Amino acid sequence: MKPEDRLEEKHPMEEFLRMDRMPHIWCSGCGIGIVVTSFIEALQKSGLDPDKVCVVSGIGCTGRVAGYLRLDSFHTTHGRPVPFATGLKLANPELKVVVFSGDGDIVGIGGNHFIHAARRNMDLVVICVNNFNYAMTGGQVAATSPIGANLSTAPYGNFEYPFNLPYLAEASGATYVARWTCLHIRRVTKSIQEALQKRGFSFIEVITPCVTLYARRNRLGDGLNLLRYYYENSEIRHGADTRTLDIGYQGKIIVGKFVDIEKPTFLDCMNNHLRKVLGNKYQPWGVKS
Amino acid sequence: MIYFGELKAKKGLIHINKDRCKGCGFCVEYCPRDVLEMSEEFNIKGYHPPRVINPDKCCYCQLCEAICPEFAIFVTLKEEEEREREKEISRP
Amino acid sequence: MSVRKKSADPKGVLTGVHYLDGDYAIAEGALAAGCRFFAGYPITPSTETAERFAERIPLVGGVFIQMEDEIASVAALIGASWAGVKSMTVTSGPGFSLMMENIGLACMMEVPIVIANVQRGGPSTGLPTLTGQGDMMQVRWGSHGDYEIIALSPDSPQECFDLTIKAFNLSEMYRVPVFIMTDECVGHMHEKVVIPPAEEIEIVERKWYEGPKDKYLPYKPDVDLVPFMVKAGDGYRFHTTGLTHDERGYPVINAECQNWCVRHICDKIRLNADKIIEYREDETDTAEIVVVSYGITSRVAWKAIQDARKAGIKVGSLRLITVWPFPEKKIEELAGKIKAFVVPEINLGQIKREVERAAKGKAPVYPVSHCGGWVHNPNDILKVIKEAAK
Repeated sequence: MKPEDRLEEKHPMEEFLRMDRMPHIWCSGCGIGIVVTSFIEALQKSGLDPDKVCVVSGIGCTGRVAGYLRLDSFHTTHGRPVPFATGLKLANPELKVVVFSGDGDIVGIGGNHFIHAARRNMDLVVICVNNFNYAMTGGQVAATSPIGANLSTAPYGNFEYPFNLPYLAEASGATYVARWTCLHIRRVTKSIQEALQKRGFSFIEVITPCVTLYARRNRLGDGLNLLRYYYENSEIRHGADTRTLDIGYQGKIIVGKFVDIEKPTFLDCMNNHLRKVLGNKYQPWGVKS
Repeated sequence: MIYFGELKAKKGLIHINKDRCKGCGFCVEYCPRDVLEMSEEFNIKGYHPPRVINPDKCCYCQLCEAICPEFAIFVTLKEEEEREREKEISRP
Repeated sequence: MSVRKKSADPKGVLTGVHYLDGDYAIAEGALAAGCRFFAGYPITPSTETAERFAERIPLVGGVFIQMEDEIASVAALIGASWAGVKSMTVTSGPGFSLMMENIGLACMMEVPIVIANVQRGGPSTGLPTLTGQGDMMQVRWGSHGDYEIIALSPDSPQECFDLTIKAFNLSEMYRVPVFIMTDECVGHMHEKVVIPPAEEIEIVERKWYEGPKDKYLPYKPDVDLVPFMVKAGDGYRFHTTGLTHDERGYPVINAECQNWCVRHICDKIRLNADKIIEYREDETDTAEIVVVSYGITSRVAWKAIQDARKAGIKVGSLRLITVWPFPEKKIEELAGKIKAFVVPEINLGQIKREVERAAKGKAPVYPVSHCGGWVHNPNDILKVIKEAAK
């Protein structure tokens, strides 16, 4: 028997992982694995029935998360995990649907879907792993790349203004907005746990190192160097005004939980409104009678 | 270590899956007790996995387990009897 | 574990005799078939279906959501279908083009969805309020890669109702996107639609897997080449992806798996084509000329055929109910016996190419093309029939 097959050598999270697909494809020093660890920890602590938790991801490095989690998982087209998750959740409101994808996927090509799902306060948890580039395809500039960073399609440095994701999420109507780096492992876990137990559109941005592309092109070192940068430059400011959360190139990263409010979800609004207008003729959907 | 009268500090036992490790060094860097260091051996993929150098110092904080991106390291709690047994063996 | 047939849920069936337009009839057909999820985007001339669904679904029980665009609509349909709910959308040319990537995803994931395309004059923004039949090739080849779909073509609001139910049944039976290719003329035409009682409407449910959870393989084909399906939330912990995948649903990136995977999604329809293909024939066994038509054009062509018969020409009619898979064998069989085919359509000869291909040179094919904006003048079709008969 191989050492790793012995019962005492089984990693405690193996029941949530597709062990037949390990080791995963992420690079040495990549932070996505850390976010997945934090997610599984949060899932275990939240007390949710894992059979009812679905993970939807798009295309990209973080998009591969669905392939490694042993839950009902969906690997969809680029930019479309959010509307896919919308359909999944609305068709069976008892499911807990988590969108777990990258910055390019969710707010780049998927930007339109993101703002509309937030506007409608869809009951989804969106975990956006932000590594400031389109890593899977070779490190192209993304909507979140800081000004001045060198990327493969911005070889002389990026000159476009990037998104401030918590501001975008809050402005679109998200009811839970938090940002952490992957170094804040326990806080990421707590945020995901809070989001899983909350109803409404929750958005958690987790900034992670991209060693092979973003860091290499910008001569920022390896995973350890980037984590040190997060350690020295991140500041926790819970409840900060999301307008002030821009990240400059190798600049200060403000992290924390910025928004945590209660608002009726899409289905709540739909059922309440139509019941009011149609009275007894209305057939409610997703409401336990 | 016993303090506040009755409380005993927890001790952890570290399990490393050497072949899954990708040598990123996060566990070594962020262990608060310097329990680990990178070894010189190569695993099946050519990476240097970590090894335990101060097993007694491990206090079961599980930070290495939480920060490892590869699910290659985890910590289990050393039970009371095991610790007594260890003390017995180390007694001259 | 066979395909389950049952009668329609009476909640969704508006039994009676109605005066509806084609778009409304599609909505009623969907509700009768058990569709409880609609995610769409307004586009002329299909918007009426969405409007009707939005009005009716709160009284039947389900979800109507107007998504931010057509791309999101199809993504939501696929998600809803994985949750076990029958779902559909409607669109027209420009929206149809947007949907293509996710249609490919639906084919790859083998998900039953129904999309109605109320065709209008194209390309691009084209003639938003006037009829066309220019998307017939796009429905078959619009997305990238090799795949197979099923496309139906109704010629009246009554057929819109009936074929929508058939579309849902076919999609559930074969785990494939099914398209209802109407057009603005049928969509906006008001006619009598008879909706029978719920017990008389036969509905097909997808093949649900009922075996042990740990032995479930999401893409292992059954004897009829269609894999068993499950839904999210039932504890099967399945994985599905748009990447080339094996029976477990896991991505496998090599030529061998690609060969298995792509051939499987194509063979599923190709090898079952005989069970899927449907057409209506009239006097084709004694014909010299056969008019191959579909949709609204077939009604205009019928007048031309009557006039041609009065003029002494032996004309038969082959009206396609399923345009895809294309009835190649029937065309080849007729080509060996008749003098010529005449294919009138409101496009520059899209299905005419298919007829030519299937005829394999044994009979010439005369198109009667019209770019769109209006239906044919029956005399134009008559003229070509007469010329073909010379």
